[in-house]
Amino acid sequence: MKEQGRRDFMGMALGGFTALGGLGALYAMKRSWDPLPSVKAAGFTTIDLSAAQENVLNIEKWRGKPIFVLKKSADMKADDRDVVVGSDRFHVTIGLCTHLGCIPAYLPGEKIFRCACHGGEFDASGHEIFGPPPSPLEIPPFKLEGTTIVLGEEGPEFKKMKDAGLIA
Amino acid sequence: MKELKVLAVVVFFSLLVYWGVEPFAHGQMHKHVDGDKFAYSDLPEITKEGDAANGGNLVMGAGACLGCHSIESQGMPAPMDAGTAAASYGVNPPDLSNIGALYDEKFLAALIKNPAHALNVEHKFDPAAGKMHPMVAFYGAGGDIDQEVADMVAYFKSIAPKELSAKEAFDNACGRCHAMRYDKYTQLGDTPEFKYEKDALAYQIKVLEYQDHLKAYMGKLPPDLSIIIRARSAHFLETFVENPQTQLPGTSMPRVGLSKEGYEKVEAYLTEIGDPSKPKREALGPWVLGFFVIFSILAFLWKKYQWRDLH
Amino acid sequence: MAKFDENARPFSEKWLDERLGVVTLKKVLSTEYWIPKDINFLWAMGMVLAATFGLLLISGIFLLMYYKPDAALAFDSVNYTIMTEVGYGWLWRHIHGVGASIVFLIIYIHMFTGIYYGSYKKGREMIWISGMLLFVTFSAEAFSGYMLPWGQMSYWAGMVITNLFSGGSLEAYGLVEWIRGDYVPGDAFLTRFFMLHVLLLPLVIIGLIVLHFGTLRLPHVNNQKGEEIDFEEAAELYKAGKKKESKVIPFNPVFLSKDIFVMGVYFILFFYLVFYHFGFAMDPVNFDPADGLKTPPHIYPEWYFLWSYEILRPFNKDLGLIAFGIAQVALFFLPFIDRSPNVAPAHKRGLFNIWFWVLLVDMIVLTILGKLPPEGIYNDLGLVSAIVFLLLGPALFVITKMEKKI
Repeated sequence: MKEQGRRDFMGMALGGFTALGGLGALYAMKRSWDPLPSVKAAGFTTIDLSAAQENVLNIEKWRGKPIFVLKKSADMKADDRDVVVGSDRFHVTIGLCTHLGCIPAYLPGEKIFRCACHGGEFDASGHEIFGPPPSPLEIPPFKLEGTTIVLGEEGPEFKKMKDAGLIA
Repeated sequence: MKELKVLAVVVFFSLLVYWGVEPFAHGQMHKHVDGDKFAYSDLPEITKEGDAANGGNLVMGAGACLGCHSIESQGMPAPMDAGTAAASYGVNPPDLSNIGALYDEKFLAALIKNPAHALNVEHKFDPAAGKMHPMVAFYGAGGDIDQEVADMVAYFKSIAPKELSAKEAFDNACGRCHAMRYDKYTQLGDTPEFKYEKDALAYQIKVLEYQDHLKAYMGKLPPDLSIIIRARSAHFLETFVENPQTQLPGTSMPRVGLSKEGYEKVEAYLTEIGDPSKPKREALGPWVLGFFVIFSILAFLWKKYQWRDLH
Repeated sequence: MAKFDENARPFSEKWLDERLGVVTLKKVLSTEYWIPKDINFLWAMGMVLAATFGLLLISGIFLLMYYKPDAALAFDSVNYTIMTEVGYGWLWRHIHGVGASIVFLIIYIHMFTGIYYGSYKKGREMIWISGMLLFVTFSAEAFSGYMLPWGQMSYWAGMVITNLFSGGSLEAYGLVEWIRGDYVPGDAFLTRFFMLHVLLLPLVIIGLIVLHFGTLRLPHVNNQKGEEIDFEEAAELYKAGKKKESKVIPFNPVFLSKDIFVMGVYFILFFYLVFYHFGFAMDPVNFDPADGLKTPPHIYPEWYFLWSYEILRPFNKDLGLIAFGIAQVALFFLPFIDRSPNVAPAHKRGLFNIWFWVLLVDMIVLTILGKLPPEGIYNDLGLVSAIVFLLLGPALFVITKMEKKI
């Protein structure tokens, strides 16, 4: 009986020790699935806002994601989420529907975005107005430098929006 | 027999699912466009009998076609190379040797008189807003303009070759905007073989420059058509080429104006490059199906033998 | 030490038996593996599935020879190199594409057969559970394979499905990016799904197939009446030559002869689809190369995922995910939700019969709605059918609890 118990203890010790090694191996495997440093560091996108035309959607690219840049015309409602440069107001968001990540199309006539995947709609300020999207279009981290905007860096304007809970 | 009843139930529900997710769902997803069978019924008929000789004079003279177009078959080269032409006009103007064999004559006549209207791109080119189509309309050489246009169309028909290959049809109708990379074809034509990488890269830069002009002209680079034949249904392609606006309202692609025969040639080329296994599939299919029919008969006989004294 | 006959000819049956036990093995797995006689062609679906898996494996091997798992090269390696240059490359691709779609039709028939005849009950629970594991692994295999041609549908299906892992309001985008290895599906995403598709998942599938066969051996295959057969007694009768009186037949060659006939008929259909009617399995949209900046006008999964996709759609984001999650695992618990003491075909089980046909029709309705644009009446119908599906679980529990022993 004593022998048996001792063998069991040794067996459990061996098993536990092996599991420890297994955990270490699992960590290595998890790390192998992580995005590569070069991918994570994938630079910052700089966009010049001075050339934008009113009510014409410009699609830029940042970290592989489409970025909507829309210069608002005077008749479009001002919004706290607008990026303000001088007297111009811009809508700058990640152009992916907050439902399941398709790219909504901009309809300049109706001044709304409509997602072809599941019919979600956003107004010109990026607020969801119809369908399944649970939240407004997301605002990417940005920093204003004169009339250019740098995506990927958090400037004071972005931090202010973030503190007010307006980002998404 | 009970087993056949079970089979009927299984087949019924399988077909129901198939009908629901294929014909029915796709019918709901895509609006149906009837198409016009390349009749171009919105364009006026040519009422005058054309005189090819006079048409030739007009094309060379008062019509001023040769300011931009070449007619290689008549020994008249292009005034500038493709890249320079694209820089000036947005796209390289087509050679006119084959157009009489490819395009509908009503379309050609309408094109000569009012390009933006015939090409169905008036939403992009509005003279009132100062946006002129790069092809200048023909305002007449002093006589009856309808007669003159009919003469020019007659001239193009008279110089057009009797036989046109599928690739020549594509080259003239589509190839100045669309590449075909599975045939090593770009907007500049067949890509030559280069001995030195430097020359290959220089050629590639020429292609990219041409594509940049095209991009500025069209809004985006028109897609490569290598396997468009498998990416779109035959019906879609036919109605789209006939009148792009019906399938994609607002698209910057112009109406191509191909005649029915012209379109069939283009389609043949798209199939040859995009779906080259089609003839092989059609040749092998009956043999494989025949094999499994005989296999099933033999298997049925073997089953009968094995089950002979079980019931 | 075991005894070896020194005079046995090498590789003769006796020689092999002494070393490998082939005689016993043959009996256990083939000539004396007893199958009920009272069956119909639906009992051949298992072998039909095995054959289809074989076709997928063989065609996959040849596709693997020229496929390039690289976001820049994948599309053309499939659509140009394999489809136009490789000898019979188009044939392998068509077999692989059609096979991947049709295998799910047969899986669904196989599953509904099991439900109809109550083949998941009383000792056959592990058959059902291992089968469900196979279904889930096949689904993962199909999804990962769908990424590989790197067309528009590959890319956008990858985008939408991986986004599900953000967990709705949990906003676990770190997890999504971890799965993709990038902020959006890209090279890292394609190569890891390639690994899953050609190595890890096929290994798991093969293991599960062995397990699934194993789970059948002791409880034996069910029969058309759900009758409990004394297999040993019936086997003695058969071996004594009283084949008419015996209720069983040996797997090899008697059961197999019927399987192979059914397979032959199935292959006629299969190759008809491969040669003449492959559009349903090889979506035209996927012949447009992947473009992360251009969503296709309609995004829908392959038909076999539509019913669960439709359960996700009509609700709001979080509820949808929960409903979707329940739908994925609910069928696993079927043997434990069904409290009825009877193993019998549905038409003998009263209310259960109605339940069965409601389930079948509801899943078909969900499948069709899943592909339709989410507008107007389709939205409402979707909500109703999704709720019906979710209620079918508790309904089964109540119905079978009330069911009387036949």
